[in-house]
Amino acid sequence: MSISSKDIEYVASLSKFELSDEEKKIFASQLREVLLYIEKLNMLDTENIAPLIHPFNITNIFREDKLEESIRREKALSLAPATEGFFFKVPKVLE
Amino acid sequence: MKLLSFTALQIKRKILSGEIRATDIVNMLFERIFKIDSNIQSFLTLDEENAFKKAREIDKKVANHESVGLLAGIPIAVKDNICTKDLTTTCASKILKTFIPPYDAFVVKRLKDEDSIIIGKTNLDEFAMGSSTENSSYKITRNPYNQNFVPGGSSGGSSAAVSADLAFMALGSETGGSIRQPAALCGVVGLKPTYGRVSRFGLVAFSSSLDQIGPITKDVSDAALLLRVIAGKDKNDTTCADINVPDYLNGIGGGVKGIKIGIPLEYFAEGLDADVRTAVDNSLKIYERLGAKLVEVSLPHTEYAVAVYYIVANAEASSNLSRFDGVRYGFRANNIKGIDEMYCRSRSEGFGNEVKRRVMLGNYALSSGYYEAYYLKASKVRNLIKKDFDTVFEKVDCIVCPTSPVPAFKIAERIDNPLEMYLSDIYTIPANLSGIPSISIPCGFSREGLPIGLQILTNYFEEAKMLQIAYSFERNTDFHLIKPKL
Repeated sequence: MSISSKDIEYVASLSKFELSDEEKKIFASQLREVLLYIEKLNMLDTENIAPLIHPFNITNIFREDKLEESIRREKALSLAPATEGFFFKVPKVLE
Repeated sequence: MKLLSFTALQIKRKILSGEIRATDIVNMLFERIFKIDSNIQSFLTLDEENAFKKAREIDKKVANHESVGLLAGIPIAVKDNICTKDLTTTCASKILKTFIPPYDAFVVKRLKDEDSIIIGKTNLDEFAMGSSTENSSYKITRNPYNQNFVPGGSSGGSSAAVSADLAFMALGSETGGSIRQPAALCGVVGLKPTYGRVSRFGLVAFSSSLDQIGPITKDVSDAALLLRVIAGKDKNDTTCADINVPDYLNGIGGGVKGIKIGIPLEYFAEGLDADVRTAVDNSLKIYERLGAKLVEVSLPHTEYAVAVYYIVANAEASSNLSRFDGVRYGFRANNIKGIDEMYCRSRSEGFGNEVKRRVMLGNYALSSGYYEAYYLKASKVRNLIKKDFDTVFEKVDCIVCPTSPVPAFKIAERIDNPLEMYLSDIYTIPANLSGIPSISIPCGFSREGLPIGLQILTNYFEEAKMLQIAYSFERNTDFHLIKPKL
């Protein structure tokens, strides 16, 4: 599978990146090389192999539904680039 | 300067016996950092104020014969992708330039509870993505043995700091070799614990099915000590195993008589540097002399590990790094109009090229129409790699092989060729994919005088056995005592 400059535009938009034409060119050629390398996986027959999503057996862990202390609202808001009152402030979302 | 070249355990004994004060050690250490770190560039942030405060506290406790923690008075450095309360944590990224965490990572809380002295935060490849620390947005860390060479990465700052005696021990993190590879290249000990051995709460997530925190130290005993402190159950990380944490120093001197060592043929194939091969071959002879039995084994899917890794790790990274959106914390671009422009410009200006490359690769692999061909395929091959290890560990106690196919490479030599850079992790990545523990210890030097690392891998949660095998080598060699000339 090869990656075109149109593919790069598409993944850049999925990734929320703005790229210059020069960047698109460089990234396309680098990603092409990496994807070409990754194609070696197709040499293996994995028809009857289960995917390993997690390296070690894990089980669900439950806890009591008890109220615990968390980061204070003022503290959390103080990390944000823009706030108003008790809210994170962002540019207009709806036109 | 001799005191600063002591190991953490040695300096702790001196402090506890009252022979030297923690305050004096911290003072000497900062003097050395100010003198030398402008060449090495291992630290991003220093915390003199709290270091001295903690040192005075320890000195008072010792003077009053109060009980102290396991790491009492030991100055320690922390990789800058691990959250430290009220101390900047940047991940070496512009996007977190001003981020001051409101809480401590689980491991940092453990360091504090056990009375260590946190001296600062160390440099890394941005978001731990890289193998040379050249992807930092702030500075390029240099190899203490030769400053024209990289320290490896991504825990290059932590490894260089310990190697140059600028910290007695350090925390690093691994997703694909990022503790062991720089430890090997800087001539120090680096340990990646079993997946689930150490809580990741407060480690900025890169790839959640791979990430682990681990020790970077001057010798094997120090690694055993630090692992004991940071390992164990944490309710804030549900992947963290509820398995007893032993005193890893207990029985560490048990030797290797009768131990079966597996030599994986695939790790001695094309691409292995001649000096590395010689050093590892000599190390195997030492093990044989010490009474271990060498057995040739095969890990047939080794050559697919890097390909699997770059799908799995980047797919997870593309999801984990979507939290950096310029809303709740971190960098937001100026003069923005719409919400989409805010996301795009904040992320484009905030992230460096390697992060962008990986996030795009991950999104590509997960995108509609490609998921099965890439992510699902890679996850299946990942299982084959794990099964390779399962089979081998039925026959042997451990696997011994090189940590990195090459010693440190020159700064700028590989930065424009991402694939070549990725391949420097070919021997370390299989342990991350399967989740088994692994350690790198010093085992020689190249003709150019650059350190070479020996890698030891054991089965899940067999860190005690792994440390015993590593310690046996260390006790019979002196590679770990040969310091860089600075």
